Amino acid sequence: MSLPDDYLVYPKRQYGMDQALYAWRPSDKRAPVAWPEGKAVAAMIVVPIEHHMLNPTGKPFKHPGAMVTPYPDLRHFTTRDYGNRVGVFRILKALKAAGARATFPINAVLLDKVRPLVDAILEDGHEIAAYGVDTDHIHWGGLDRETETAWIDETKGLFAKAGLSPRVWLSPARQQSFSTLELLAQAGFETCLDWEQDSVPVRMATPGGDIIGAPLSNELDDRLLLADRKQDEAVWSRQILEAVAWSKAEAPRFGGQVVGFTLTPYVTGQPFRSAAVADLLKALTADGGVWTATASQIVDAWAAAQP
Amino acid sequence: MHSTPNLYDYWPYRDRPKIVWPEGKKLAFWIAPNIEFYEFDPPKNPSRGGWPKPAPDVVGYSQRDWGNRVGHWRLMEMMDRYGMRGSISLSTALIDHHPEIIEACVARNWEFFSHGIYNTRYSYGMTEAQERAVIEDSIRSIQAATGQRIRGYLAPALTHTERTFELLGEYDFWYTCDLFQDDQPQPIKTRQGQVISMPYSLEVNDVITYGQQGMDPWRYADVLKRHFDQLLAEGEESGTVMCIPLHAYLVSQPHRMGPFEEALKHIATHADDVWITTAAEIAGYYRQTYWDQTLADIQGRGLATGGFGFAPQEDKA
Repeated sequence: MSLPDDYLVYPKRQYGMDQALYAWRPSDKRAPVAWPEGKAVAAMIVVPIEHHMLNPTGKPFKHPGAMVTPYPDLRHFTTRDYGNRVGVFRILKALKAAGARATFPINAVLLDKVRPLVDAILEDGHEIAAYGVDTDHIHWGGLDRETETAWIDETKGLFAKAGLSPRVWLSPARQQSFSTLELLAQAGFETCLDWEQDSVPVRMATPGGDIIGAPLSNELDDRLLLADRKQDEAVWSRQILEAVAWSKAEAPRFGGQVVGFTLTPYVTGQPFRSAAVADLLKALTADGGVWTATASQIVDAWAAAQP
Repeated sequence: MHSTPNLYDYWPYRDRPKIVWPEGKKLAFWIAPNIEFYEFDPPKNPSRGGWPKPAPDVVGYSQRDWGNRVGHWRLMEMMDRYGMRGSISLSTALIDHHPEIIEACVARNWEFFSHGIYNTRYSYGMTEAQERAVIEDSIRSIQAATGQRIRGYLAPALTHTERTFELLGEYDFWYTCDLFQDDQPQPIKTRQGQVISMPYSLEVNDVITYGQQGMDPWRYADVLKRHFDQLLAEGEESGTVMCIPLHAYLVSQPHRMGPFEEALKHIATHADDVWITTAAEIAGYYRQTYWDQTLADIQGRGLATGGFGFAPQEDKA
């Protein structure tokens, strides 16, 4: 197949980024960030609470963790459900034992059903974030604006009904449309966990207002490393500690940085991984150079230090 | 379409005439940081979408942006510590987007070669005029920004046409990184010019080891050390080439830099036997010193089949 001549036209080939959300800025040109009490690294622990239905449409692609076998895929349905019933309580216990704060994005349709979990999260002082309607409501470029607005409204509405007004948003499958950030800002969300373009938060400007990106690492995603890449839990936790150690050592050069990683209940909530999770969290909170904090705490500390 | 590319002849590894690198070195070692720009909303090539997921793929895009904003500087400073220069596989448009990176690499006397204009614009389906335009744009833009006349090519996202290599010969490129058939250079069959196949490697490329094979950082460092040790041992018999192709958005992740540094340290301790250099220097030396020797050996063994890339002997009018 031949290519049209405009395939060799590059309308955005100019200084900086090829989108208007934020400016290009190499890390050696940014003002160093100082975390509270002089900590070198902010560890942002994110515990995603997902509803995986038995009959997803899989549009535009299957959400990670979605059903695999022909209907009814009870094996995957119940394994995901295990995370929300059992695994997440192991994670909560480990967080409490270590004295660590985390951020829990929750699919809005779950709020009613898992109310005891919501209460437990709040009781322990963690942050709850919005995580879209559910795993079958993936925001993406093919979605029309009205539909996407309605999904965000529905999410907000369900959270309000549960007495919650989350400041932070994580998109299902971390996927977006070209309007997602604008619609989120318009809806009053302050922080988004989908982007990871820097090792510190980044302010992104949209026609709907500003929204801050707080970096969550894809390469340290527990589901990716443990389930997809089939690494063992000792190697997984060692990588997180290595990331913290490297970032700490860079503090004199690059200032305070964020290491954001997930603890997915149906993955790291498994019994055979519990000891690794508990040890990891204790190692983080025992480290005098590490600040374990929620997404909003991290963004607030960053924002307070901006010129 | 052809069943084989006929870009080079079969040439068994055993009993080749000896290669010795400058100052009697056994292994020529080079590092290829891929410094790439992936577009937020690329136009669609009918053969392949710009991103694996629908645009905007915010995780993929922002992780690659992180590579340029944070990762690149980490990697460059680490290579400085071991006196290793990069041979940059460059998305040419990055010159316009991120000139600070180009300036920092020019200041270090790193080499630049072309990796297309954007890594989201593919060669599939290009006419000859279009492919020439990409190559000419690369030569012109990189020369203007760095003063270097580029001598190497790695097709954008490894997408080719049947014409790619002939055009490289015509435009006086010295080497291509697109072919993976050997651990030593070999002349490519083009009608014009003297293009060699430069060992680059997908097997120890961080995109493959981290992305596709899911290695952990310590395993990757071990793979690099073993790969190096073996090629160094074989280089005693005849000089070998090792390249580590890298992408800052992967190797420079904070959980990977420490183990990667161990691999660089290991390589640096063998500096007496290793020519730590750039791809253009390897290609220049090889073309001058071993081009004829290689062709004569292939001819002498009765392995020369004639013809040119995508134009085997029997097709010749």
